[in-house]
Amino acid sequence: MQIEGQAWCFGDNLDTDRIIPARYLNTSDPKELAAHCMEDADATFASRVAPGDVVVAGRNCGCGSSREHAPLALKAAGVGAVIAPSFARIFFRNSFNIGLPILECPEAAAGIQPGNKVRVDFERGLITDLTTGREYVAQPIPPFMGKIIECGGLINYVRERMGKASTNP
Amino acid sequence: MPMTVTEKILARHTGKDEVCPGELVNVRCDVVLGNDITAPLAIAEFERTGAGRVFDKSRVLLVPDHFVPNKDIKSAEQAKILRDFARQQELTHRWDVGTMGVEHCLLPEQGLVGPGDLVIGADSHTCTYGGIGAFATGVGSTDLAAAMALGETWLKVPESIKFVFHGRLGPWTGGKDLILHTIGVIGVDGALYQAMEFTGEAIADLSVEGRLTMANMAVEAGAKNGIVAPDKKTRRWVEGRNQRPVTFLASDPDAVYARVYEFDVTDLEPQVAFPHLPSNVRPVAQAGEVLIDQAVIGSCTNGRIEDLRLAARVLAGHKAHRDVRLIVIPGTQAIYRQAMDEGLITVFLDAGAAVSTPTCGPCLGGHMGILARGERSVATTNRNFVGRMGHPQSEVYLANPAVAAASAVLGRLADPREVVQDAD
Ligand code: SF4
Repeated sequence: MQIEGQAWCFGDNLDTDRIIPARYLNTSDPKELAAHCMEDADATFASRVAPGDVVVAGRNCGCGSSREHAPLALKAAGVGAVIAPSFARIFFRNSFNIGLPILECPEAAAGIQPGNKVRVDFERGLITDLTTGREYVAQPIPPFMGKIIECGGLINYVRERMGKASTNP
Repeated sequence: MPMTVTEKILARHTGKDEVCPGELVNVRCDVVLGNDITAPLAIAEFERTGAGRVFDKSRVLLVPDHFVPNKDIKSAEQAKILRDFARQQELTHRWDVGTMGVEHCLLPEQGLVGPGDLVIGADSHTCTYGGIGAFATGVGSTDLAAAMALGETWLKVPESIKFVFHGRLGPWTGGKDLILHTIGVIGVDGALYQAMEFTGEAIADLSVEGRLTMANMAVEAGAKNGIVAPDKKTRRWVEGRNQRPVTFLASDPDAVYARVYEFDVTDLEPQVAFPHLPSNVRPVAQAGEVLIDQAVIGSCTNGRIEDLRLAARVLAGHKAHRDVRLIVIPGTQAIYRQAMDEGLITVFLDAGAAVSTPTCGPCLGGHMGILARGERSVATTNRNFVGRMGHPQSEVYLANPAVAAASAVLGRLADPREVVQDAD
Protein backbone atom coordinates (compact mmCIF):
# COMPACT_ATOMS: atom_id res chain seq x y z
CA MET A 1 0.00 0.00 0.00
CA GLN A 2 1.16 3.47 -0.79
CA ILE A 3 -0.05 6.96 0.00
CA GLU A 4 0.94 10.35 -1.28
CA GLY A 5 0.19 13.76 0.14
CA GLN A 6 1.39 17.02 1.54
CA ALA A 7 3.42 17.23 4.76
CA TRP A 8 2.07 19.01 7.84
CA CYS A 9 4.85 19.58 10.34
CA PHE A 10 4.53 19.90 14.09
CA GLY A 11 7.15 20.05 16.82
CA ASP A 12 8.20 17.81 19.71
CA ASN A 13 5.70 16.51 22.28
CA LEU A 14 2.61 16.90 20.11
CA ASP A 15 0.12 15.96 22.85
CA THR A 16 -3.28 14.38 22.39
CA ASP A 17 -4.96 17.49 23.87
CA ARG A 18 -3.71 19.36 20.82
CA ILE A 19 -4.61 16.58 18.38
CA ILE A 20 -8.17 16.63 19.74
CA PRO A 21 -9.00 18.95 22.66
CA ALA A 22 -10.99 17.43 25.54
CA ARG A 23 -13.82 19.89 24.96
CA TYR A 24 -14.78 17.80 21.92
CA LEU A 25 -14.62 14.46 23.71
CA ASN A 26 -18.32 14.53 24.46
CA THR A 27 -18.66 12.56 21.23
CA SER A 28 -16.85 9.62 19.69
CA ASP A 29 -18.13 10.22 16.17
CA PRO A 30 -15.01 10.22 13.96
CA LYS A 31 -16.44 12.86 11.59
CA GLU A 32 -17.12 15.33 14.39
CA LEU A 33 -13.70 14.63 15.89
CA ALA A 34 -12.06 15.20 12.50
CA ALA A 35 -13.67 18.63 12.24
CA HIS A 36 -11.70 19.74 15.32
CA CYS A 37 -8.51 17.80 14.70
CA MET A 38 -5.36 19.80 15.62
CA GLU A 39 -7.50 22.84 16.35
CA ASP A 40 -5.27 24.18 19.12
CA ALA A 41 -2.07 23.55 17.15
CA ASP A 42 -3.23 24.89 13.76
CA ALA A 43 -6.82 26.10 13.55
CA THR A 44 -6.81 25.80 9.73
CA PHE A 45 -5.68 22.17 9.66
CA ALA A 46 -9.07 20.47 9.68
CA SER A 47 -10.39 22.52 6.77
CA ARG A 48 -7.23 22.29 4.64
CA VAL A 49 -5.97 18.75 5.20
CA ALA A 50 -6.50 16.44 2.20
CA PRO A 51 -6.80 12.66 2.06
CA GLY A 52 -3.36 11.06 2.07
CA ASP A 53 -1.63 14.00 3.70
CA VAL A 54 1.13 13.17 6.13
CA VAL A 55 1.66 14.52 9.63
CA VAL A 56 5.33 14.92 10.43
CA ALA A 57 5.91 15.44 14.15
CA GLY A 58 8.81 15.69 16.58
CA ARG A 59 9.84 13.49 19.49
CA ASN A 60 7.30 11.86 21.82
CA CYS A 61 4.44 12.29 19.38
CA GLY A 62 0.99 11.62 20.87
CA CYS A 63 1.99 12.09 24.50
CA GLY A 64 -0.57 12.72 27.21
CA SER A 65 -4.06 11.34 27.50
CA SER A 66 -4.93 7.80 26.39
CA ARG A 67 -7.80 9.06 24.23
CA GLU A 68 -8.15 6.87 21.14
CA HIS A 69 -10.11 9.83 19.79
CA ALA A 70 -6.72 11.32 18.80
CA PRO A 71 -5.66 8.74 16.19
CA LEU A 72 -9.34 8.38 15.20
CA ALA A 73 -9.57 12.13 14.54
CA LEU A 74 -6.40 12.07 12.42
CA LYS A 75 -7.58 9.07 10.46
CA ALA A 76 -11.04 10.52 9.87
CA ALA A 77 -9.48 13.82 8.80
CA GLY A 78 -7.81 11.87 6.01
CA VAL A 79 -4.28 11.72 7.38
CA GLY A 80 -2.55 8.87 5.59
CA ALA A 81 0.42 8.45 7.91
CA VAL A 82 2.17 10.00 10.88
CA ILE A 83 5.96 10.17 10.86
CA ALA A 84 7.97 11.00 13.99
CA PRO A 85 11.32 10.17 15.58
CA SER A 86 9.49 8.61 18.56
CA PHE A 87 5.93 8.06 19.73
CA ALA A 88 4.36 8.00 23.19
CA ARG A 89 3.45 4.41 23.97
CA ILE A 90 -0.33 4.61 24.31
CA PHE A 91 -0.66 6.60 21.07
CA PHE A 92 1.54 3.99 19.35
CA ARG A 93 -0.71 1.12 20.49
CA ASN A 94 -3.89 3.00 19.71
CA SER A 95 -2.79 3.88 16.19
CA PHE A 96 -2.08 0.24 15.38
CA ASN A 97 -5.32 -0.88 16.96
CA ILE A 98 -7.45 1.49 14.88
CA GLY A 99 -5.38 1.26 11.69
CA LEU A 100 -3.67 4.66 11.50
CA PRO A 101 -0.25 3.99 9.95
CA ILE A 102 2.58 5.49 11.98
CA LEU A 103 6.27 5.37 11.15
CA GLU A 104 9.27 5.92 13.37
CA CYS A 105 11.95 7.71 11.38
CA PRO A 106 14.09 10.46 12.95
CA GLU A 107 15.77 11.37 9.63
CA ALA A 108 12.49 11.86 7.76
CA ALA A 109 10.99 13.80 10.67
CA ALA A 110 13.98 16.14 10.61
CA GLY A 111 14.28 16.42 6.84
CA ILE A 112 10.74 16.88 5.57
CA GLN A 113 9.61 20.52 5.37
CA PRO A 114 6.01 21.75 5.68
CA GLY A 115 4.15 21.55 2.37
CA ASN A 116 6.56 19.09 0.76
CA LYS A 117 5.02 16.26 -1.26
CA VAL A 118 5.64 12.95 0.45
CA ARG A 119 5.08 9.37 -0.62
CA VAL A 120 5.00 6.47 1.85
CA ASP A 121 5.37 2.86 0.78
CA PHE A 122 4.27 0.86 3.82
CA GLU A 123 5.44 -2.59 2.71
CA ARG A 124 8.98 -1.36 2.27
CA GLY A 125 8.86 1.21 5.09
CA LEU A 126 10.08 3.69 2.49
CA ILE A 127 9.38 7.40 2.82
CA THR A 128 10.12 9.57 -0.22
CA ASP A 129 10.18 13.34 -0.08
CA LEU A 130 9.08 14.02 -3.67
CA THR A 131 9.90 17.72 -3.34
CA THR A 132 13.58 17.14 -2.55
CA GLY A 133 13.94 13.63 -3.95
CA ARG A 134 15.33 12.34 -0.66
CA GLU A 135 14.45 8.84 0.55
CA TYR A 136 14.22 7.58 4.10
CA VAL A 137 13.77 4.12 5.58
CA ALA A 138 11.51 3.84 8.64
CA GLN A 139 11.95 1.49 11.60
CA PRO A 140 10.41 -1.90 10.81
CA ILE A 141 7.07 -2.61 12.50
CA PRO A 142 7.50 -4.91 15.53
CA PRO A 143 6.57 -8.46 14.44
CA PHE A 144 3.80 -8.92 17.00
CA MET A 145 2.11 -5.73 15.85
CA GLY A 146 2.51 -6.97 12.30
CA LYS A 147 0.45 -9.98 13.34
CA ILE A 148 -2.32 -7.72 14.63
CA ILE A 149 -2.29 -5.82 11.33
CA GLU A 150 -2.41 -9.11 9.41
CA CYS A 151 -5.53 -10.09 11.33
CA GLY A 152 -7.06 -6.76 10.32
CA GLY A 153 -6.71 -5.02 13.67
CA LEU A 154 -6.88 -5.97 17.32
CA ILE A 155 -10.61 -6.69 17.38
CA ASN A 156 -10.30 -9.25 14.60
CA TYR A 157 -7.35 -10.74 16.42
CA VAL A 158 -9.59 -11.09 19.49
CA ARG A 159 -12.37 -12.61 17.39
CA GLU A 160 -9.92 -15.19 16.18
CA ARG A 161 -8.86 -15.92 19.75
CA MET A 162 -12.49 -16.13 20.91
CA GLY A 163 -13.31 -18.50 18.07
CA LYS A 164 -10.57 -20.81 19.23
CA ALA A 165 -11.75 -20.57 22.80
CA SER A 166 -15.33 -21.52 21.89
CA THR A 167 -14.26 -24.74 20.15
CA ASN A 168 -12.67 -25.81 23.42
CA PRO A 169 -15.25 -25.04 26.12
CA MET B 1 17.71 -14.28 37.49
CA PRO B 2 17.31 -11.16 39.66
CA MET B 3 14.23 -9.10 38.80
CA THR B 4 12.74 -5.70 39.55
CA VAL B 5 9.34 -5.44 41.21
CA THR B 6 7.80 -4.57 37.82
CA GLU B 7 9.30 -7.66 36.19
CA LYS B 8 8.13 -9.86 39.07
CA ILE B 9 4.53 -8.69 38.78
CA LEU B 10 4.56 -9.20 35.01
CA ALA B 11 6.10 -12.68 35.38
CA ARG B 12 3.39 -13.71 37.86
CA HIS B 13 0.71 -12.65 35.40
CA THR B 14 2.18 -14.59 32.49
CA GLY B 15 2.56 -17.83 34.38
CA LYS B 16 6.32 -17.75 33.82
CA ASP B 17 9.09 -17.80 36.39
CA GLU B 18 10.84 -14.85 34.87
CA VAL B 19 10.54 -12.21 32.19
CA CYS B 20 13.19 -9.96 30.61
CA PRO B 21 12.93 -6.37 29.43
CA GLY B 22 12.01 -6.21 25.75
CA GLU B 23 10.09 -9.48 25.83
CA LEU B 24 6.49 -9.39 24.56
CA VAL B 25 4.17 -11.12 26.97
CA ASN B 26 0.51 -11.92 27.16
CA VAL B 27 -0.62 -11.05 30.68
CA ARG B 28 -3.68 -11.81 32.77
CA CYS B 29 -5.34 -8.64 34.05
CA ASP B 30 -6.64 -8.50 37.62
CA VAL B 31 -8.94 -5.63 36.75
CA VAL B 32 -9.57 -3.48 33.68
CA LEU B 33 -10.81 0.09 33.79
CA GLY B 34 -12.60 2.62 31.62
CA ASN B 35 -14.33 5.97 32.07
CA ASP B 36 -17.10 8.00 30.47
CA ILE B 37 -14.78 9.22 27.69
CA THR B 38 -12.99 5.99 26.82
CA ALA B 39 -15.59 3.34 27.68
CA PRO B 40 -18.18 4.29 25.01
CA LEU B 41 -15.61 3.63 22.26
CA ALA B 42 -14.47 0.47 24.04
CA ILE B 43 -18.04 -0.78 24.37
CA ALA B 44 -18.63 -0.35 20.62
CA GLU B 45 -15.44 -2.30 19.90
CA PHE B 46 -16.34 -4.91 22.52
CA GLU B 47 -19.63 -5.53 20.70
CA ARG B 48 -17.61 -6.18 17.54
CA THR B 49 -15.59 -8.93 19.25
CA GLY B 50 -18.71 -11.06 19.49
CA ALA B 51 -17.81 -11.97 23.08
CA GLY B 52 -21.25 -11.09 24.38
CA ARG B 53 -20.28 -11.07 28.06
CA VAL B 54 -17.27 -9.49 29.75
CA PHE B 55 -14.63 -11.92 31.01
CA ASP B 56 -15.52 -11.34 34.67
CA LYS B 57 -18.20 -8.94 35.85
CA SER B 58 -16.40 -8.18 39.10
CA ARG B 59 -13.18 -7.19 37.31
CA VAL B 60 -14.46 -4.74 34.75
CA LEU B 61 -14.57 -1.33 36.41
CA LEU B 62 -16.29 1.51 34.57
CA VAL B 63 -16.24 4.86 36.34
CA PRO B 64 -18.15 7.86 34.98
CA ASP B 65 -16.06 10.73 36.29
CA HIS B 66 -14.80 13.03 33.55
CA PHE B 67 -17.91 14.93 32.41
CA VAL B 68 -20.12 13.70 35.25
CA PRO B 69 -22.49 15.00 36.64
CA ASN B 70 -23.39 15.20 32.93
CA LYS B 71 -22.18 18.55 31.63
CA ASP B 72 -24.21 18.70 28.40
CA ILE B 73 -26.45 16.58 26.23
CA LYS B 74 -23.67 14.96 24.22
CA SER B 75 -21.68 13.93 27.29
CA ALA B 76 -24.90 12.68 28.89
CA GLU B 77 -25.35 10.40 25.89
CA GLN B 78 -21.79 9.12 26.24
CA ALA B 79 -22.17 8.46 29.96
CA LYS B 80 -25.45 6.70 29.26
CA ILE B 81 -23.65 4.21 27.00
CA LEU B 82 -21.43 3.33 29.98
CA ARG B 83 -24.37 3.19 32.40
CA ASP B 84 -26.50 1.00 30.13
CA PHE B 85 -23.62 -1.37 29.48
CA ALA B 86 -22.81 -1.70 33.20
CA ARG B 87 -26.44 -2.51 33.91
CA GLN B 88 -26.83 -4.91 30.99
CA GLN B 89 -23.61 -6.77 31.85
CA GLU B 90 -24.62 -6.75 35.55
CA LEU B 91 -21.22 -5.46 36.58
CA THR B 92 -20.60 -6.05 40.27
CA HIS B 93 -19.19 -2.59 40.91
CA ARG B 94 -21.19 0.34 39.67
CA TRP B 95 -20.78 3.93 40.63
CA ASP B 96 -22.54 7.08 39.68
CA VAL B 97 -23.22 10.60 40.86
CA GLY B 98 -23.33 10.47 44.65
CA THR B 99 -21.16 7.37 44.96
CA MET B 100 -18.44 7.87 42.37
CA GLY B 101 -15.13 9.63 42.51
CA VAL B 102 -12.19 10.38 40.26
CA GLU B 103 -11.31 6.84 39.14
CA HIS B 104 -7.72 6.80 40.38
CA CYS B 105 -8.74 8.06 43.82
CA LEU B 106 -11.71 5.73 43.96
CA LEU B 107 -10.29 2.32 43.04
CA PRO B 108 -7.42 2.20 45.57
CA GLU B 109 -9.72 3.64 48.25
CA GLN B 110 -12.27 0.90 47.64
CA GLY B 111 -9.63 -1.82 47.67
CA LEU B 112 -10.31 -2.82 44.08
CA VAL B 113 -6.67 -2.44 43.11
CA GLY B 114 -3.86 -3.51 45.40
CA PRO B 115 -0.21 -4.48 45.73
CA GLY B 116 0.94 -7.07 43.19
CA ASP B 117 -2.05 -6.49 40.89
CA LEU B 118 -1.80 -6.07 37.15
CA VAL B 119 -4.16 -3.37 35.96
CA ILE B 120 -4.79 -1.86 32.56
CA GLY B 121 -7.07 1.09 32.13
CA ALA B 122 -8.26 3.20 29.23
CA ASP B 123 -6.93 6.26 30.98
CA SER B 124 -3.32 7.32 30.90
CA HIS B 125 -3.18 7.93 34.66
CA THR B 126 -3.95 4.30 35.42
CA CYS B 127 -0.26 4.24 36.37
CA THR B 128 -1.34 5.83 39.71
CA TYR B 129 -1.79 2.39 41.31
CA GLY B 130 1.96 1.83 41.22
CA GLY B 131 1.93 3.98 44.36
CA ILE B 132 0.62 0.94 46.26
CA GLY B 133 2.82 -1.56 44.44
CA ALA B 134 0.65 -2.61 41.50
CA PHE B 135 1.77 -2.80 37.89
CA ALA B 136 -0.70 -0.47 36.24
CA THR B 137 -0.62 1.16 32.84
CA GLY B 138 -2.80 3.12 30.47
CA VAL B 139 -4.09 1.82 27.15
CA GLY B 140 -6.65 2.97 24.62
CA SER B 141 -10.28 2.01 24.11
CA THR B 142 -9.67 -0.84 21.66
CA ASP B 143 -7.13 -2.42 24.01
CA LEU B 144 -9.71 -2.08 26.78
CA ALA B 145 -12.34 -3.74 24.58
CA ALA B 146 -10.03 -6.68 23.92
CA ALA B 147 -9.22 -6.99 27.63
CA MET B 148 -12.92 -6.81 28.60
CA ALA B 149 -13.45 -9.81 26.34
CA LEU B 150 -10.35 -11.85 27.14
CA GLY B 151 -9.20 -10.74 30.60
CA GLU B 152 -5.77 -10.49 29.02
CA THR B 153 -3.62 -8.04 27.16
CA TRP B 154 -0.20 -7.98 25.57
CA LEU B 155 2.65 -5.87 26.89
CA LYS B 156 6.31 -5.38 26.23
CA VAL B 157 8.25 -5.88 29.45
CA PRO B 158 9.75 -2.45 30.16
CA GLU B 159 13.25 -1.71 31.28
CA SER B 160 13.27 -0.13 34.72
CA ILE B 161 14.86 3.13 35.81
CA LYS B 162 15.59 3.50 39.51
CA PHE B 163 15.10 6.84 41.23
CA VAL B 164 16.63 7.01 44.70
CA PHE B 165 15.49 9.90 46.88
CA HIS B 166 17.82 10.53 49.82
CA GLY B 167 17.22 12.89 52.72
CA ARG B 168 14.09 14.32 54.32
CA LEU B 169 11.39 16.43 52.75
CA GLY B 170 10.51 19.78 54.29
CA PRO B 171 7.02 20.56 55.66
CA TRP B 172 5.74 22.10 52.41
CA THR B 173 7.15 19.60 49.92
CA GLY B 174 5.71 16.19 49.13
CA GLY B 175 5.19 13.60 46.42
CA LYS B 176 4.13 16.27 43.93
CA ASP B 177 7.39 18.17 44.32
CA LEU B 178 9.46 14.99 44.02
CA ILE B 179 7.80 13.96 40.80
CA LEU B 180 7.77 17.45 39.29
CA HIS B 181 11.45 17.82 40.09
CA THR B 182 12.17 14.41 38.57
CA ILE B 183 10.27 15.18 35.35
CA GLY B 184 12.09 18.51 35.24
CA VAL B 185 15.39 16.62 35.25
CA ILE B 186 14.59 13.77 32.85
CA GLY B 187 12.05 15.49 30.56
CA VAL B 188 8.62 14.51 29.25
CA ASP B 189 10.04 11.57 27.32
CA GLY B 190 12.80 10.80 29.81
CA ALA B 191 11.31 7.42 30.69
CA LEU B 192 9.60 6.59 27.40
CA TYR B 193 8.32 2.96 27.42
CA GLN B 194 10.15 2.36 30.72
CA ALA B 195 9.22 1.66 34.34
CA MET B 196 10.02 4.34 36.93
CA GLU B 197 10.79 2.77 40.29
CA PHE B 198 10.87 5.16 43.24
CA THR B 199 12.90 4.28 46.29
CA GLY B 200 15.09 5.72 49.08
CA GLU B 201 14.53 7.17 52.58
CA ALA B 202 12.36 10.01 51.35
CA ILE B 203 10.01 7.49 49.72
CA ALA B 204 9.96 5.33 52.86
CA ASP B 205 8.95 8.48 54.78
CA LEU B 206 6.39 9.51 52.20
CA SER B 207 2.70 8.79 52.85
CA VAL B 208 0.85 6.35 50.63
CA GLU B 209 -1.08 9.33 49.22
CA GLY B 210 2.21 10.99 48.28
CA ARG B 211 3.36 7.82 46.53
CA LEU B 212 0.12 7.64 44.55
CA THR B 213 0.77 11.24 43.46
CA MET B 214 4.24 10.28 42.23
CA ALA B 215 3.19 7.17 40.34
CA ASN B 216 0.28 9.17 38.86
CA MET B 217 2.65 11.45 36.99
CA ALA B 218 5.01 8.73 35.71
CA VAL B 219 3.17 8.95 32.38
CA GLU B 220 4.15 12.62 32.23
CA ALA B 221 7.72 11.38 31.71
CA GLY B 222 6.51 8.95 29.05
CA ALA B 223 6.79 5.95 31.38
CA LYS B 224 4.78 2.78 31.01
CA ASN B 225 4.37 2.58 34.77
CA GLY B 226 5.60 4.12 38.01
CA ILE B 227 6.03 1.98 41.08
CA VAL B 228 6.94 2.01 44.75
CA ALA B 229 7.56 -1.45 46.17
CA PRO B 230 4.95 -1.97 48.91
CA ASP B 231 6.15 -1.71 52.51
CA LYS B 232 4.67 -1.61 56.03
CA LYS B 233 2.93 1.68 55.26
CA THR B 234 1.33 0.19 52.19
CA ARG B 235 0.23 -2.83 54.19
CA ARG B 236 -1.43 -0.64 56.82
CA TRP B 237 -3.12 1.42 54.12
CA VAL B 238 -4.54 -1.49 52.17
CA GLU B 239 -5.53 -3.61 55.16
CA GLY B 240 -9.25 -3.61 55.64
CA ARG B 241 -9.76 -2.21 52.13
CA ASN B 242 -8.52 -4.82 49.75
CA GLN B 243 -11.28 -6.91 48.24
CA ARG B 244 -8.93 -9.45 46.69
CA PRO B 245 -5.73 -11.06 48.00
CA VAL B 246 -2.65 -8.87 47.62
CA THR B 247 1.00 -9.75 47.01
CA PHE B 248 3.91 -7.83 48.43
CA LEU B 249 6.83 -7.96 46.02
CA ALA B 250 10.15 -6.11 46.07
CA SER B 251 13.00 -5.70 43.62
CA ASP B 252 15.96 -8.00 44.09
CA PRO B 253 19.05 -6.15 45.36
CA ASP B 254 20.96 -7.11 42.21
CA ALA B 255 18.11 -6.38 39.78
CA VAL B 256 19.21 -4.70 36.56
CA TYR B 257 18.26 -1.09 35.79
CA ALA B 258 18.64 0.83 32.57
CA ARG B 259 19.66 3.89 34.62
CA VAL B 260 19.84 5.01 38.22
CA TYR B 261 19.20 8.59 39.34
CA GLU B 262 19.96 9.78 42.87
CA PHE B 263 18.55 12.94 44.40
CA ASP B 264 19.07 14.56 47.78
CA VAL B 265 15.72 16.13 48.58
CA THR B 266 16.47 17.74 51.93
CA ASP B 267 16.66 21.23 50.50
CA LEU B 268 14.10 20.69 47.75
CA GLU B 269 11.80 23.73 47.50
CA PRO B 270 8.14 23.52 46.48
CA GLN B 271 8.11 23.17 42.68
CA VAL B 272 5.93 24.64 39.94
CA ALA B 273 5.64 23.43 36.33
CA PHE B 274 5.15 26.41 34.02
CA PRO B 275 3.17 26.23 30.78
CA HIS B 276 3.04 24.21 28.61
CA LEU B 277 4.92 21.11 29.70
CA PRO B 278 5.09 19.25 33.02
CA SER B 279 8.88 19.29 32.64
CA ASN B 280 9.05 23.09 32.63
CA VAL B 281 9.74 23.07 36.35
CA ARG B 282 11.31 25.61 38.71
CA PRO B 283 11.10 26.30 42.46
CA VAL B 284 8.09 28.47 43.28
CA ALA B 285 10.48 30.90 44.99
CA GLN B 286 11.87 31.64 41.51
CA ALA B 287 8.49 32.00 39.83
CA GLY B 288 8.54 35.80 39.74
CA GLU B 289 5.29 37.77 39.73
CA VAL B 290 2.76 35.44 38.04
CA LEU B 291 -0.79 36.68 38.68
CA ILE B 292 -3.49 34.00 38.69
CA ASP B 293 -7.24 34.00 38.06
CA GLN B 294 -8.07 30.56 39.38
CA ALA B 295 -6.75 27.91 41.75
CA VAL B 296 -7.88 24.29 41.42
CA ILE B 297 -7.25 21.81 44.22
CA GLY B 298 -8.25 18.26 43.37
CA SER B 299 -7.79 15.59 40.62
CA CYS B 300 -6.33 12.10 40.60
CA THR B 301 -2.97 13.65 41.38
CA ASN B 302 -3.83 15.65 44.50
CA GLY B 303 -7.49 15.16 45.40
CA ARG B 304 -6.95 12.90 48.41
CA ILE B 305 -7.58 13.67 52.06
CA GLU B 306 -3.94 14.47 52.84
CA ASP B 307 -3.96 17.01 49.99
CA LEU B 308 -7.09 18.68 51.33
CA ARG B 309 -5.60 18.80 54.84
CA LEU B 310 -2.50 20.49 53.48
CA ALA B 311 -4.53 23.05 51.56
CA ALA B 312 -6.70 23.71 54.62
CA ARG B 313 -3.61 24.29 56.77
CA VAL B 314 -2.59 27.10 54.46
CA LEU B 315 -6.09 28.50 53.98
CA ALA B 316 -7.15 28.46 57.66
CA GLY B 317 -7.86 32.03 58.74
CA HIS B 318 -7.28 33.39 55.23
CA LYS B 319 -9.46 34.34 52.32
CA ALA B 320 -8.83 33.67 48.67
CA HIS B 321 -7.73 36.84 46.87
CA ARG B 322 -10.74 38.72 45.51
CA ASP B 323 -9.55 38.21 41.92
CA VAL B 324 -9.06 34.47 42.30
CA ARG B 325 -11.68 31.74 41.89
CA LEU B 326 -10.74 28.98 44.30
CA ILE B 327 -12.20 25.57 43.41
CA VAL B 328 -11.75 22.56 45.68
CA ILE B 329 -12.75 19.13 44.37
CA PRO B 330 -12.46 16.19 46.79
CA GLY B 331 -11.45 13.05 44.85
CA THR B 332 -14.25 10.80 46.11
CA GLN B 333 -17.43 10.93 48.19
CA ALA B 334 -15.57 9.30 51.11
CA ILE B 335 -12.86 11.95 50.91
CA TYR B 336 -15.56 14.64 50.75
CA ARG B 337 -17.24 13.25 53.87
CA GLN B 338 -13.98 12.91 55.75
CA ALA B 339 -13.04 16.47 54.85
CA MET B 340 -16.41 17.56 56.20
CA ASP B 341 -15.98 15.55 59.41
CA GLU B 342 -12.53 17.06 59.92
CA GLY B 343 -13.85 20.59 59.43
CA LEU B 344 -11.83 21.14 56.24
CA ILE B 345 -14.89 22.02 54.17
CA THR B 346 -15.68 24.84 56.61
CA VAL B 347 -12.14 26.14 56.19
CA PHE B 348 -12.59 26.12 52.39
CA LEU B 349 -15.97 27.82 52.54
CA ASP B 350 -14.64 30.43 54.97
CA ALA B 351 -11.80 31.07 52.52
CA GLY B 352 -14.36 31.74 49.79
CA ALA B 353 -13.85 28.49 47.88
CA ALA B 354 -16.35 26.67 45.71
CA VAL B 355 -16.37 23.05 46.88
CA SER B 356 -17.48 20.68 44.15
CA THR B 357 -18.81 17.16 44.07
CA PRO B 358 -16.07 14.74 42.91
CA THR B 359 -15.37 15.03 39.17
CA CYS B 360 -12.42 15.45 36.83
CA GLY B 361 -14.03 18.72 35.84
CA PRO B 362 -11.53 21.45 35.01
CA CYS B 363 -8.48 19.13 35.09
CA LEU B 364 -9.04 18.28 31.42
CA GLY B 365 -10.94 21.43 30.55
CA GLY B 366 -14.25 19.59 30.79
CA HIS B 367 -16.43 21.73 33.03
CA MET B 368 -16.51 23.30 36.51
CA GLY B 369 -13.83 25.93 35.94
CA ILE B 370 -12.87 26.53 32.30
CA LEU B 371 -10.38 29.31 31.59
CA ALA B 372 -10.97 32.22 29.21
CA ARG B 373 -8.38 33.54 26.77
CA GLY B 374 -5.38 34.87 28.64
CA GLU B 375 -6.43 33.52 32.05
CA ARG B 376 -4.06 31.62 34.32
CA SER B 377 -4.74 28.88 36.82
CA VAL B 378 -2.54 27.27 39.40
CA ALA B 379 -3.66 23.65 39.74
CA THR B 380 -2.76 20.52 41.65
CA THR B 381 -3.46 18.51 38.50
CA ASN B 382 -0.93 16.80 36.25
CA ARG B 383 -0.97 18.40 32.78
CA ASN B 384 -0.41 21.95 31.62
CA PHE B 385 -0.55 21.38 27.87
CA VAL B 386 -1.88 24.09 25.55
CA GLY B 387 -5.63 24.42 26.12
CA ARG B 388 -5.75 21.75 28.80
CA MET B 389 -8.05 23.76 31.09
CA GLY B 390 -9.85 25.84 28.51
CA HIS B 391 -8.91 28.43 25.91
CA PRO B 392 -5.77 27.57 23.92
CA GLN B 393 -4.34 30.87 25.11
CA SER B 394 -4.93 30.16 28.80
CA GLU B 395 -2.20 28.85 31.08
CA VAL B 396 -1.93 26.17 33.76
CA TYR B 397 0.75 26.07 36.46
CA LEU B 398 1.13 22.72 38.22
CA ALA B 399 1.96 22.65 41.92
CA ASN B 400 1.27 20.92 45.23
CA PRO B 401 -1.88 21.73 47.26
CA ALA B 402 -0.07 24.04 49.70
CA VAL B 403 1.34 26.13 46.85
CA ALA B 404 -2.06 26.25 45.15
CA ALA B 405 -3.70 27.39 48.39
CA ALA B 406 -1.05 30.04 49.10
CA SER B 407 -1.31 31.27 45.52
CA ALA B 408 -5.10 31.54 45.89
CA VAL B 409 -4.64 33.73 48.97
CA LEU B 410 -2.05 36.04 47.44
CA GLY B 411 -3.44 36.13 43.92
CA ARG B 412 -0.09 35.15 42.41
CA LEU B 413 2.14 32.08 42.42
CA ALA B 414 3.31 31.92 46.03
CA ASP B 415 5.31 29.83 48.44
CA PRO B 416 3.21 28.51 51.36
CA ARG B 417 5.69 30.14 53.76
CA GLU B 418 4.54 33.55 52.53
CA VAL B 419 1.11 32.79 54.01
CA VAL B 420 1.84 30.50 56.96
CA GLN B 421 4.79 31.40 59.15
CA ASP B 422 4.74 28.62 61.76
CA ALA B 423 5.72 25.53 59.76
CA ASP B 424 6.97 22.75 62.02
S1 SF4 C 1 -8.49 14.02 37.30
FE1 SF4 C 1 -7.64 14.76 35.37
S2 SF4 C 1 -5.89 13.48 34.94
FE2 SF4 C 1 -7.09 12.48 36.53
S3 SF4 C 1 -8.40 11.02 35.45
FE3 SF4 C 1 -9.53 12.94 35.66
S4 SF4 C 1 -9.09 14.13 33.81
FE4 SF4 C 1 -7.59 12.49 33.93
